[in-house]
Amino acid sequence: MKVIKADSKNFENEVLRSDVPVIVDFNADWCGPCRMLGPVLEQVAAENDGFKVAAVNVDENEDIAFEYGISSIPCLIVFKDGQEVKRSVGLIGKEQVLSLVGGV
Amino acid sequence: MYDIIVIGAGPAGMTAAIYGRRASKSVLLLEARSFGGQIINAHRIENYPAEPGISGVDYAMKLYEQTNALGAEFKFERALSIRDGEVKTVVTASGEYQAKTVIIATGSDNGKLGLPNEAELTGRGVSYCATCDGAFFKGKTVAVAAGNAKAYSDAVYLSDIAQTVYLIDRDPNGGKGQTEGRDNIKVISDSRVTKLIADKRLTAIEVTDSRGGSREIELDGLFVSVGRVPENQSFEELIDLDSNGYAASEENCLTRTAGIFVAGDNRAKTLRQLVTAASDGAVAATQAVKYIAARK
Repeated sequence: MKVIKADSKNFENEVLRSDVPVIVDFNADWCGPCRMLGPVLEQVAAENDGFKVAAVNVDENEDIAFEYGISSIPCLIVFKDGQEVKRSVGLIGKEQVLSLVGGV
Repeated sequence: MYDIIVIGAGPAGMTAAIYGRRASKSVLLLEARSFGGQIINAHRIENYPAEPGISGVDYAMKLYEQTNALGAEFKFERALSIRDGEVKTVVTASGEYQAKTVIIATGSDNGKLGLPNEAELTGRGVSYCATCDGAFFKGKTVAVAAGNAKAYSDAVYLSDIAQTVYLIDRDPNGGKGQTEGRDNIKVISDSRVTKLIADKRLTAIEVTDSRGGSREIELDGLFVSVGRVPENQSFEELIDLDSNGYAASEENCLTRTAGIFVAGDNRAKTLRQLVTAASDGAVAATQAVKYIAARK
């Protein structure tokens, strides 16, 4: 699967109403670590189909960033059944991304 | 088996890979996060020869492309330990890799304050990257916990965004001439952050001076800029560390274990810059090539 671009319009359908867990990557273009995390998440999304990966640009979607109290990026939140179940802040590697979603 | 395994794909590690490949050696790079190392946090690099003004991310991308094009192999796995022998084995969570030589270029991680609820408040008001997270504090009140010179550039950067920036510095002379005359930077010298006060997210900090007097400051965000911690712990059975945890090695990048070399910010040295990281990478790879040649 590819990384889904999530925004205010599709967030509810793609993330909150998803049948499978979703890793949401809160990011911005000007954030160096976010740009480095991007390819890691693309690889994770391509190699796994038990969950989805979505990316939210915090500049274009301030409402979602505010809703989830984002104050540091990159921030990954794992959603299951519409609820936040895990959160990780900062640049992490593929293994850590997988372990974040692993126990969900 | 590889000729050279490089642990860490920052500027030192990728430069080592370039020199290794150009000497026709097979090279595996193991990286725990993503390539680039801490230079990706630099908004603009102004002191690297022939690349004035390049962003840290663009620099890292160019270096990655160069390293990749030369045929170095990348695996995004954290190296957990090294087993020494005529052949070296590097153990990761996903497997084991063998090589004639290993170059440890793991760099360093953010220094922490060491306060009990610091980890859970990271991303909830506590940040280690002013350029990443400053924008979330537009018109708000923030503080910088200062432990090095970079804290002052962080405070100046944040002063353009936040309404008020407190700079908490242990140094009794902290702040003199370092805040570029920004009126909204308030320096609290001879003091340290001793408590993080939170209600789901950070709401205030306790600041204590060297005489034991403390006060609370209400704020929205705290930026921790107290230096770096070298990531050498996994390898301390094979390399000597100094009292601060840096790999004790001369400019030749040798360690006490033959065939294992160190390069970059995790090495004890007087100047940690992009150019000295790259330099270490070149030296360590050249030493590795020499070591391999001597064993043929």
